[in-house]
Amino acid sequence: MKHPGARRWFLVAAVLSLGLGWAQDRLDPYFVDILTRIGINVILAVSLNLINGHTGQFSLGHAGFMGVGAYTAAALTLFAGPKLLPAGAGFWVEQLWFLVALGAAGLVAALAGLLVGAPSLRLKGDYLAIVTLGFGQIIAVIFRNIESLGGALGLNGIPARTNLFWSFAAAALTVYVVTALVNSTYGRGFLATHDDEVAAEAMGMNTTRYKIVAFVTGAFFAGIAGGLSGHFTLTINPKGFDFNKSIEIVVMVIVGGMGRTVGVIIAAVLLTLLPEGLRMLSSASPSLKWIGETRPLLYAILLIALMMLRPQGLFTWKRKKGAVTA
Amino acid sequence: MSEFIQQIINGLSVGAMYALIAIGYTLVYGVLRFINFAHSDVFMVGSFVGFYSGKVLGGTSWAGGLGVMAASMVGCALLGILIERLAYKPLRSRSKLTVLITAIGVSMLLQNVGQLVFGTNPQPFPDTLPATTFQVGGVVVSSKDLVVLGFTLCLLGALEYIVLKTKVGTAMRAVAFNPQAASLMGINIDWIISFTFGLGSALAAAGGFLWAYKFPRIEPFMGVAPGLTAFVAAVLGGIGNITGAALGGLLLGVIETLVKGSRWSTWTEAIAFVLLILILLFKPAGLLGRVQAEKV
Repeated sequence: MKHPGARRWFLVAAVLSLGLGWAQDRLDPYFVDILTRIGINVILAVSLNLINGHTGQFSLGHAGFMGVGAYTAAALTLFAGPKLLPAGAGFWVEQLWFLVALGAAGLVAALAGLLVGAPSLRLKGDYLAIVTLGFGQIIAVIFRNIESLGGALGLNGIPARTNLFWSFAAAALTVYVVTALVNSTYGRGFLATHDDEVAAEAMGMNTTRYKIVAFVTGAFFAGIAGGLSGHFTLTINPKGFDFNKSIEIVVMVIVGGMGRTVGVIIAAVLLTLLPEGLRMLSSASPSLKWIGETRPLLYAILLIALMMLRPQGLFTWKRKKGAVTA
Repeated sequence: MSEFIQQIINGLSVGAMYALIAIGYTLVYGVLRFINFAHSDVFMVGSFVGFYSGKVLGGTSWAGGLGVMAASMVGCALLGILIERLAYKPLRSRSKLTVLITAIGVSMLLQNVGQLVFGTNPQPFPDTLPATTFQVGGVVVSSKDLVVLGFTLCLLGALEYIVLKTKVGTAMRAVAFNPQAASLMGINIDWIISFTFGLGSALAAAGGFLWAYKFPRIEPFMGVAPGLTAFVAAVLGGIGNITGAALGGLLLGVIETLVKGSRWSTWTEAIAFVLLILILLFKPAGLLGRVQAEKV
């Protein structure tokens, strides 16, 4: 099954991001806020889907790569930017520097992905899950121990650079690259690794290489998402990129359906809206206040129920031809 | 020097509790070949069962403390069996990933339900067992550490006896070795799996009780960190290998305590995982494990 629509979707999304960037100041700030977060979460979910869905690995450390990206980008705009750029640089110079920072965030995160992935991707399934989980912990400990990056308190006062344009443009790029990659001739290898690793190896494929490529690409986009997220919340600390954040992204991928890009995008949108809905419900009346704190509980129930009843995800209607639901 | 010995004793007692948890991971991995993520939260429930039964019982005595520990062991054994029956058994024929995700879900469920039931604030654990400190040649020893070590040794002895000498234990080893063949020999696999979960969970509960006795502040997320370390211990020793899990637990406990006492103390939380990555790189089968060829 080919996706000739990948490029078309990319165009639509690019136009959308330009339009939204223009509309930024004309929209309600609350909606801008939610839309920006939707863009970031789509990047995270789609990039993790390349690893956990298409390639059939199980990473529990996606937030770690996000953290690497967030710290890299923030360091560039906070510390390096003022030194390198002329004082009073205009809007476009700032935006250009932000683009550089985002690129660097992606590259450093990808490098981290290579460092973690190369040794551990020889492992399978649950071992990989634990190693990536451990990586997330180690990253948090490292950031906590680097005083110049704010230690446990993290970095504050990051300039507000992320807007709807950046968030959606990056999301569009992520969706395009992942879709195009998976549907290319080379990309068949990801699916083969997912479907039957042993058979793929018997056909002479280097499955470890495919896994590493998926891992590094996923980490790259997670790093960009981290850079966007840091310049959106304006403050980052090691706790923001812990296991819970990783699980949040994993839940998006699972709800959407592992290996189903459209489903994962829908899930990312809905699960960004979910906490807002819960907050609205809980503030509606004092007797409903408890609802606001039930999100992790809901995630837990969602995970268990989906695995029992619909392991292919909520938003998967067609089964891929010949695909094994895993 | 005396401080070093003190650290070693402290580390051994922490390690003993890691060992108790690690054995649960290893037992379940042995029969079902998956990581029971919820195990660390069974450990947490173990401390809370101890907390409530300790309050009901009141007082500080050896008999009372033992009773409280037995209560949490029985409670958690039932919980473990229940989790397996409700969450894992329906998925037994599915892919390992499905079971793994379910296990993560169960773990989150236990933590969050724990938060609703037990509250979010850390609670002081009642002194159910007597405790003193005494000096041996300049080394200050807390009786808590000795009690933890003693209890763990007894439990490990009992486990060794069950696994090696009883009929159930033989059946467990048979199922771990080859489930289908075991089933053909008339072993009721479901029953053995339930028993394994019960046994592992009871040990985790004992660990939870002892943990709360040594560090008497308990909260619903207390299981996460020791659980992960214990899992690393199980891998370090060679997953599926009970002696290995015990050895790995003790080793990690000592290493962690020594690092915590050094000037690199802020890196303590990363130690276990750095070790894990190193083991998986250089000796993936663990210290005492055997390399197994994958069957296709």
